[in-house]
Amino acid sequence: MIEFSSFKKNKLFIIGVGMSGMVILCGIFAPWIATHGMTEGTLQYRLKPPSTDHLFGTDQLGRDVFSRVIHGARLSLLSGSMVVLISAVIGVSLGVLAGYRGGIIDNFLMRLTDLLLAFPSFLLAMLVVTILGLGLKNAVLAVAIAYIGPLSRLARGTTIKLKGIEFVEAARAVGGGPWHNILVHILPNIISSILIQMALNFGAAIVDIAGLSFLGLGAQPPQPEWGAMLSSGRYYVQTAWWLCTFPGLAIMFLVLACVFVGDGFREILDPKHG
Amino acid sequence: MVGNYVWILRRLFYTVIVVFALTTVVFLSLHLLPGDPVHALVGERASHESVERIRLKYNLDKPLYIQYATWLRNVLRGDFGTSILSKRPVIDEIMAKLPHTLELIILSQSIAILLAIFLGVLSAVKQHTILDYLTTVLSVLGVSMPAFWLALMLIITFSVKLDWFPTHGLMGTGVPLRTISQSYLIDALLTGNLLALGSFLKHAFLPCVVLATIPLSYITRLTRSSMLEVMNEEYVWTARAKGLSEFKVIFKHALRNALIPVIIMSGVITGLLMGGAVLTETVFGLPGMGRLLVDSIAVRDFPVALACVLLFAAGYNLINLAADIVCGLVDVRASYD
Repeated sequence: MIEFSSFKKNKLFIIGVGMSGMVILCGIFAPWIATHGMTEGTLQYRLKPPSTDHLFGTDQLGRDVFSRVIHGARLSLLSGSMVVLISAVIGVSLGVLAGYRGGIIDNFLMRLTDLLLAFPSFLLAMLVVTILGLGLKNAVLAVAIAYIGPLSRLARGTTIKLKGIEFVEAARAVGGGPWHNILVHILPNIISSILIQMALNFGAAIVDIAGLSFLGLGAQPPQPEWGAMLSSGRYYVQTAWWLCTFPGLAIMFLVLACVFVGDGFREILDPKHG
Repeated sequence: MVGNYVWILRRLFYTVIVVFALTTVVFLSLHLLPGDPVHALVGERASHESVERIRLKYNLDKPLYIQYATWLRNVLRGDFGTSILSKRPVIDEIMAKLPHTLELIILSQSIAILLAIFLGVLSAVKQHTILDYLTTVLSVLGVSMPAFWLALMLIITFSVKLDWFPTHGLMGTGVPLRTISQSYLIDALLTGNLLALGSFLKHAFLPCVVLATIPLSYITRLTRSSMLEVMNEEYVWTARAKGLSEFKVIFKHALRNALIPVIIMSGVITGLLMGGAVLTETVFGLPGMGRLLVDSIAVRDFPVALACVLLFAAGYNLINLAADIVCGLVDVRASYD
């Protein structure tokens, strides 16, 4: 089993957790950290460069960019977690079911997975969100669907490996039912590799949702979603550099945190693959 | 050996089926969408007659399965239909856009892959030096950065502030260039048109940097970690013990094996690249396939959207298949099943 101290010793993991912690705190305490309201603006103060009053400047409607970026943390964290949760629950269930039962069910589920894997994930999400309709909720669902394929492959592979190992066979021999076996013997043993994938997916999900919003398919104005802010800011690149710069830095900070957590976690579990 | 060919043929056959199935699902889902392409085309206030005329012309009055059968029959004959928006044959639309995407991708990827392998090897050989740390930091930043944001930052810095590169398009207006192949690069080279070549390279520079960033960071990281692993293998030590030069040891013995993970991951990288192309072409306003897909979906131009999906899916799956085959040939341990 992994020891708690190995988490404390891994610098990468600690830095990643610290960085994500900062974003989470920003998300929770957004109304107190933000210096201005996220949708209130005065046209008189539009497109003002960063100053002590407006740390990140103001946008085309005179809204405070700093406050909007801080509020955007909530949206990004929420949508990222939803993507990761939905895709993991569906992907792992499908994968474990396919791997454990085998036969026709396995064949059917894996051909379905092949279909999901037959298209680059961002383009798949683009198609799905077009079919579901525009908006942040549908964008989250679309990205989640696009992430199911690799997770179910991973879960299936590890389940098949575990099924052949003595302790699971022994549990089956003494009459353990499928549910008992899956919940007690299989899931706890695949959870760590799934968790690494979830941490890395979280970062990718943030970027993909921002990308969808950037194309106008995800979050809609006036939602302070980072990708949507970049999307409206790009019309002012000639005059107001701050509109595009800060929301992008926020995305990068959060994604970097996820990469550190995921990589650190992998190093802890499997020290050989540093 | 015969087993290998059978395996490859089976995989190829399966790839065709998967691409076909995917396109079918997309066809059905797009046609079940709310929102009428006819209204998107002629506007909400068009007369009843003109709406009906267009509906008839594009077969949109027929039941879905007949529309599907017609579409499939035509596609198998190489006829992708007519764009609802531009009224031009879909194949013409694609042939006007595809060369631009390909020239950008080929330019950026050849540089990215060579540079990535060089940097990966260098930082593995010089592990724990400043060079190694710098490469690692940059490649981590590269994979964490949204490509479209990098594009915006480059535009702000190099186009707006410094005025070194144009912000938009692939060719300056008023630059004379005879069209032969639809690819600016090839046409400029074929006609020896240095003015057009210069204009193209100037326009393509920033988009190429953006398109190169993700694969560059990804492959650098992969090469570095697999080089580090391989450098401790016994055959590398044996090669050294035989008295081979360090250069030969690294490039002949170690690198060849270290590249296997890079080949395995080339499918993933292609996927990232295709998503990146859509966003990059949008930011820079480039006339490529990515934007064609985005625009055709937005206005419900079904024939164009479906052809784009078919093309992207075919390209993506063929590259994945090629990667699998190459891995099988290079690495005897990979099993064919």
